[in-house]
Amino acid sequence: MAAIYSLYIINKSGGLIYYKDYGSAGRMDTNDTLRVASLWHSMHAISQQLSPMSGCSGIELLQADTFDLHCFQSLTGTKFFAVCEPGTQQIESLLKYIYELYTDYVLKNPFYEIEMPIRCELFDINLTQSVQKDRVALLGQ
Amino acid sequence: MIGVGKMKQYGNVLDKPLNKGKTEVSLSAFAFLFSELVQYNQTQVDNIGELERRLEDAGYAVGARVLELLCHRDKGNRRETRLLGILSFVHSTVWKVLFGKVADSLEKGTEHEDEYMISEKELLVNKFISIPKDMGTFNCGAFVAGIVRGVLDGAGFPAVVTAHFVPMEGQQRPRTTILIKFAEEVLRREARLG
Repeated sequence: MAAIYSLYIINKSGGLIYYKDYGSAGRMDTNDTLRVASLWHSMHAISQQLSPMSGCSGIELLQADTFDLHCFQSLTGTKFFAVCEPGTQQIESLLKYIYELYTDYVLKNPFYEIEMPIRCELFDINLTQSVQKDRVALLGQ
Repeated sequence: MIGVGKMKQYGNVLDKPLNKGKTEVSLSAFAFLFSELVQYNQTQVDNIGELERRLEDAGYAVGARVLELLCHRDKGNRRETRLLGILSFVHSTVWKVLFGKVADSLEKGTEHEDEYMISEKELLVNKFISIPKDMGTFNCGAFVAGIVRGVLDGAGFPAVVTAHFVPMEGQQRPRTTILIKFAEEVLRREARLG
């Protein structure tokens, strides 16, 4: 059964602005999540330099024994990454959809300060709905 | 260059015909503009009541103009003199032109004679807005309340219009109600007209 363990959103300076875990497999305490976020931000930046091909835009997929990490970077430098079970399909399109939700319910919210942690009710509601829908779709396959 | 030369150039903008024009505007563009309006006003005020008043005033200007435009376009320059007439004008025509659909419902208040309510599951202006907990009962629908007040005032029905969130059981998001409280003179005139 393919499942997503956790979702992170980091701003262009590497600070964690949103963290959501789905189930106990991905759960981490706050300090650890902040560390993971800045760690990933640095690794992503370093990978762009290390790449033998020019014009590399950074790590998109990290595969390990017990998890996969998919990363999507928007044109503005905001990174959306999800830790999920190995072999989960269609996380890329889920991340792009979450980016759309971000542009709608976070960026169009006049009470949201850019680059700050996301505290938007509508974003949470729609995110939960879309991940549930995806879970049901994945289970059905 | 496609399209160049097809538009007749008018010397004076007042000579342009007041026809339908484009009826579609990008929702995202409006959402960003409205978000900026709210943010700008937030920097100018000290408290939430003041912010609501400013949004209402912004809406009032829109309402006054919308009334003139719609009376000319849709109603052939006839004006409403009865209460129910102007209310259904707001509920249907104004809502259709501004938000693309008629309002969800129009009700008469049960407690007071002078209160009417237009309800909407989710106001278009609030579609992407999540109010932070510390702002209490603030509603960006104050802008829409201002529009309604502008229309009613211009039509000769002075009223106090406010926007409220009404929590509904079984729904995560509360619905919005625009409460219209008419002035004394409106009710007296209505009673006289029979």
